Amino acid sequence: MARSVSSRRKLINTGLAWAIGLLIFFPILWTILTSFKTEAQAIASPPLFLNFDWTLENYGVVMERSNYARFLWNSILIAGGSTILGLIVAVPAAWSMAFVPSRRTKDILLWMLSTKMLPAVGVLYPIYLLFIQLGLLDSRAGLVIVMMLINLPIIVWMLYTYFREIPVEILEAARMDGATLREEVLYILTPMAIPGIASTMLLNFILAWNEAFWTLNLTAVNAAPLTAFIASYSSPEGLFFAKLSAASTMAIAPILILGWFSQKQLVRGLTFGAVK
Amino acid sequence: MGQITLKQVTKSFGDVQVIPPLDLTIEDGEFTVFVGPSGCGKSTLLRLIAGLEDITTGHIEIDGKDATDLVPAKRGLAMVFQSYALYPHMSVRKNIAFPLKMAKMAPAEIEKRIANAAAVLNLTDYLDRRPGQLSGGQRQRVAIGRAIVREPAAFLFDEPLSNLDAALRVGMRLEISELHTRLKTTMIYVTHDQVEAMTMADKIVVLRAGHIEQVGSPLELYHRPRNEFVAGFIGSPKMNIFGGSEAQKYGGTKAGIRPEHIDVSMTEGTWNGKVGVAEHLGSDTFIHVHDTGLADMVTVRITGDISVRHGDTIYLTPQLDQMHRFDAQGLRIA
Repeated sequence: MARSVSSRRKLINTGLAWAIGLLIFFPILWTILTSFKTEAQAIASPPLFLNFDWTLENYGVVMERSNYARFLWNSILIAGGSTILGLIVAVPAAWSMAFVPSRRTKDILLWMLSTKMLPAVGVLYPIYLLFIQLGLLDSRAGLVIVMMLINLPIIVWMLYTYFREIPVEILEAARMDGATLREEVLYILTPMAIPGIASTMLLNFILAWNEAFWTLNLTAVNAAPLTAFIASYSSPEGLFFAKLSAASTMAIAPILILGWFSQKQLVRGLTFGAVK
Repeated sequence: MGQITLKQVTKSFGDVQVIPPLDLTIEDGEFTVFVGPSGCGKSTLLRLIAGLEDITTGHIEIDGKDATDLVPAKRGLAMVFQSYALYPHMSVRKNIAFPLKMAKMAPAEIEKRIANAAAVLNLTDYLDRRPGQLSGGQRQRVAIGRAIVREPAAFLFDEPLSNLDAALRVGMRLEISELHTRLKTTMIYVTHDQVEAMTMADKIVVLRAGHIEQVGSPLELYHRPRNEFVAGFIGSPKMNIFGGSEAQKYGGTKAGIRPEHIDVSMTEGTWNGKVGVAEHLGSDTFIHVHDTGLADMVTVRITGDISVRHGDTIYLTPQLDQMHRFDAQGLRIA
């Protein structure tokens, strides 16, 4: 039920919301601003907000020194590949958990999620050794697999929540109508869950794009995505804030734009099932 | 063809047995209604026949062939669900075509059958709409259309009208009855509404707690209920059932008389009591009478209108040939 809110109260709330939003966004904004400054202006004290000499010089330097396109392509392949692979594994898993649950289903779901609580570094050593053995170090395929495994609990959980919203009777109707299990999942369940699958894909893509721990540890040159691209500017040239900022801006720009355009889907996806 | 036989069928969920051993034969072409209070196992029974639930022990035969271990699709049955269960992302046409597509039928034949079903069900103008753009009654007809195009051995209806409003329900009830007359296919219909059961069925199966209480034609159940439960469940308003010395007078541990089998007078009669609530329907009047010494309340049905006021003394006389008698176990006597 709508509560009556006075217009003054509304104004204060709106102002507060904007303030919090800006606070959260400020580091990104500052990075973007810094990327347009000269190195001297970037470390000027007091800091310059908008009144500096806007320049694209840093971008030029960054583009010249490193192969941005290759990093970008790797990011796209790794984030996209792991998302698609994850879906292929997670759709059947979520189907069985949502529609033919066993007594242990809830426990398995919680157990899967609990693996996300584990510090990643705890399994770095075994995975690193495995990668050496399998020859997967610095390969895109290897990263796709790791990213998929890392995010699988989240994909399964999200799809499970979406599938739970689909009335079982509709699937039973398909069964009565002669659909095989494959046809039931393909023609009925998947099309009905498209909005959910889309936001799951989107979230997973963003998570995989932003993931730095595994990408930094398991890649060197060939498979290095944009996270490694940023990192390569942070250590040797840590003092060159403007160039680092330019590299960062270039790395986050694609995902920021994607996120901006799909925020409606994303919010819906994350709150789905919370309110019935 | 569509004869369905259940032999010693049981169903348990975990340790709870919801259907104790049960035998039942549904003849080809028969309109059978499973009726009973909620939780009596009628929907479960239907789902066992459909194959959506596995039976725990026993056998199900369809047309003499063992169907116990067949998946739903292989049983040749079509089902109409309470929630319609239409595919929301498909047009009406595609919804109706779905079972035919699954059966790999030729496109020309599919088109022909859709056109037929749409004509029968008045859906021709709606074939390109999505289920979300249809009214409740239209959705129900699409669900029925999806069932009839397959020409199944039998139709299974799981409370198909309970989501419709009262007026539409009466209309759809007639449509389904007409459909049965035309198709002459076996139909099994689950409902908790005994009016639906009485008006539509060739054969009613009254269930309670998974047990079959009685199987018979609507009028058999009305005139000769096998026990007190059926007597109370079939008929509206409910039969008045009373015990004690008054029942013994009529030769039973308990006795029952339907509201329409009691004559009313303001001056004399076998029993008397005080008028409680009188419900005037125009065509009928239901009077709830208190302080009769029989039961807390006795309901009487009078054709036409009668003017009584709350608290009036009223005299009641049962029609003796319509009196039902039950023994200590609740079973009918004679």
